[in-house]
Amino acid sequence: MNNNPEHKRQSPGVEIQSPKAIDIVNRGLAKRYGSELRFKIYGLIAVVISLSFLLLLFITIFSNGYSAFFQTHVKLEVFFDPAYIDKDDPANSNFPGLVKKTLSNEFQDVRKRREKKELYSLISSGAAFQLQKMIQEQPDLVGRTIEIQVPADDDVDMLIKGYIARDVPESDRRINDRQLTWIDKWAQDGKITKRFNSAFFTSGDSREPELAGILGALVGSILTLTLTLLLSFPVGVAVAVYLEEFAPKNRWIDIVEVNINNLAAVPSIVFGLLGLAVFINFFHMPRSAPLVGGLVLTLMTLPVIIIASRASLQSVPPSIREAALGVGASKMQTVLHHVLPLSLPGMLTGTIIGIARALGETAPLLMIGMVAFIVDIPSSFTDPATALPVQIFLWADSPERAFVERTSAAIIVLLILLIVINSLAVFLRNRFERRW
Amino acid sequence: MSTSLLIIILLSLTAFAYQLGRSRALSLSRGGDGIKALHSRPVYYGVLTALWCGLPALFIFLAWQICEPVIMTKMVVAQLPNEIKILPESRLNLVLNDIRNLVSGNIVSGEIKPEIEEAANHYRQLQATGNTALAIVVLSFALIGALIARQRITPLLRARNLVEKLFTIFLIACASFAIFTTIGIVLSVLFEAIRFFKVIPITDFLFGLDWSPQMSIRSDQVGSSGAFGAIPVFAGTAMISGIAMLVAVPLGLMSAIYLSEYANKGFRAVAKPLLEILAGIPTVVYGFFAALTVAPFIRELGVTFGLDVSSESALAAGLVMGIMIIPFVSSLSDDVINAVPQAMRDGALALGATKSETIKQVVIPAALPGIVGGVLLAISRAIGETMIVVMAAGLAANLTANPLQAVTTVTVQIVTLLVGDQEFNSPKTLAAFALGLVLFIVTLILNIIALYVVRKYREQYE
Repeated sequence: MNNNPEHKRQSPGVEIQSPKAIDIVNRGLAKRYGSELRFKIYGLIAVVISLSFLLLLFITIFSNGYSAFFQTHVKLEVFFDPAYIDKDDPANSNFPGLVKKTLSNEFQDVRKRREKKELYSLISSGAAFQLQKMIQEQPDLVGRTIEIQVPADDDVDMLIKGYIARDVPESDRRINDRQLTWIDKWAQDGKITKRFNSAFFTSGDSREPELAGILGALVGSILTLTLTLLLSFPVGVAVAVYLEEFAPKNRWIDIVEVNINNLAAVPSIVFGLLGLAVFINFFHMPRSAPLVGGLVLTLMTLPVIIIASRASLQSVPPSIREAALGVGASKMQTVLHHVLPLSLPGMLTGTIIGIARALGETAPLLMIGMVAFIVDIPSSFTDPATALPVQIFLWADSPERAFVERTSAAIIVLLILLIVINSLAVFLRNRFERRW
Repeated sequence: MSTSLLIIILLSLTAFAYQLGRSRALSLSRGGDGIKALHSRPVYYGVLTALWCGLPALFIFLAWQICEPVIMTKMVVAQLPNEIKILPESRLNLVLNDIRNLVSGNIVSGEIKPEIEEAANHYRQLQATGNTALAIVVLSFALIGALIARQRITPLLRARNLVEKLFTIFLIACASFAIFTTIGIVLSVLFEAIRFFKVIPITDFLFGLDWSPQMSIRSDQVGSSGAFGAIPVFAGTAMISGIAMLVAVPLGLMSAIYLSEYANKGFRAVAKPLLEILAGIPTVVYGFFAALTVAPFIRELGVTFGLDVSSESALAAGLVMGIMIIPFVSSLSDDVINAVPQAMRDGALALGATKSETIKQVVIPAALPGIVGGVLLAISRAIGETMIVVMAAGLAANLTANPLQAVTTVTVQIVTLLVGDQEFNSPKTLAAFALGLVLFIVTLILNIIALYVVRKYREQYE
């Protein structure tokens, strides 16, 4: 706008009007437009800062985590020496010894005890299990020489991936100079390869980062959430139907409603305390079990489902109910045959969002002992188990550098799961929800 | 008979009973003037028969599942030799644990004594007898129930009303869950907290300045005797939540204002869901982010300026918590800003106010109660947040006002006191419940005030 004071004063009409008032307004205009612009920019900056935090978070996690999907392997020529393999019980032979023998054959100049130990530490202890499995499957391998790829130790893995700097003093490095020369020799001979880290998806937790996987935690999460879904969906829908369609308007119902709203905002850790005191200490349910985890998460998820289901029931127009009642349906028939089917998509959407939240929940599970170090993959609701977010918490606490990468990778898996679940909710809403 | 097999048989019996009732009703109707002779539709006769068949049997089954361990233990103890029976309760429990482990085939500590072995065998026998008896009782109840219901079916039986009544009772039972959960929380936390206050006076807990809950287990052990003054813990919680709100309120509020008043449709459609993603990220991820990236960054930044920054500084935890809460503040503010009637904006604009003046002087004051309510909810969220502070904040309870130092929070203390082995009679464990009680009460009060404010405000413009 170019209505600056000079411009205005030249026009006679304005001079006849009250020149003082318009002068005051015009004098302030530049300042006011300036502050208008500043305010708008502040708002934009706030949005940009918030979104850049999101970006930073994702970049950090992905840049740290993607390398965990590949694991460094070393090619070894293993001679299945009959001297090491127990004829009567081949599965229980001295496989760690066989691995060591293979390594010292390869580097024959390594003689000192200490140096040998350093050499052996380059290969993961999982190599022995790999040999054991091979012999179990093909007993006729005994006496033959076979080239196989075994996982390298996590320190070697970190070195190859570039997380351990070579140029720092030897004492500050987890890999010393001697080990470096061996690794370099392997690298020169083309014996070091990076392969897809299938162990990460097929094994349980382990103290050795190169053997640790998320399958145990994933199964634990699935068991826990199955129970949560089975309990919270029917009960949540029943509560919503009762409160919306049947409940009389009285004090008691008011108390119930206020209660549900408050439960939705109770910190999750308090639900953990409840689970610990009631389910474990009072009912003596097993610790660390998906059973208790599922019950606690059910209590947490129910308010979310109830609130979503009520909103969904409210959106069904009264004309539907009136029509059903008008042709002689009972109240229950009206609800079950007409209102409930129409509001079901909305209820499902709410339930899925509630389950997604339960999937990421950690604190209450810590309270009921689902933080234990569990190697076995759980197979029932009462087996000790852990959950995916708890596994992330446990790994985040581990000092090994390789666990930083695995924690990030587990987070990537968790985030992908959450994205899939939430997209399912969005899809359901767009596909089935009716606007009245 | 295994429990799962029993359940499957019971379910198929129930399905059979449904068919039985339905066909009975249909066959009765054939005699007179067709299906109109029945009071209800045939389905309801089927459902009623199925309920008669399944419900009593299910109740017996559940009651047995709850009572079984108690009864079994009593019977096994009665059979034990006298020298074991007179053992003190804690030792007796150890023996019983051994027996249970033997029965379920787990590894037993130490060697197995013959009398324990015998007791385990006895236990196994009892279990087998119990399971058989249970199967017989449950299945016969199911059959008898189905048959009785079938006998009672007449064309005049008001089957629909009965089924609907039962269903209503089920709905009411579900609806009372909320009350039961709240009662459960209050009782479980309160009960343990009272036990704690019997050992440590409540005034010492609420107003004490020293928090070091490590108790010596043996009397000759080196270590503190335990001090339970929670002020440093409360102060730490307040500081971290305060930092979080300093980050979240300006960013959240300004984002909401920009998105609802300035942004064009396309930008809003992209930015709003992206902001919501921040709320959907699990807190354990934020905790990892805080510990891995933000805390070292702040520490290095402090070193550049010559400041001594703890690696578990309150600033890092508070900052990341603030990021987590941004979408919470922005979506609540967005709702209330949108609820301000357009007429008020138009009025201000018509008087010559600029857009920002309208927002600052008309929209925000009108939406203020709602925004305050949203901020209160956000504070209660911040106080109760656990994983970020567990992973990024410290354990030591320092009473300090310096955000660069490590402080601890209520939730961190609850987690550290309760994770791992616990005995339920040491003040150390019970202290966690006392902290939980304070946490529950404070967040409850904040929520009630916030909901009240928001609701009252909404009524003004509706």
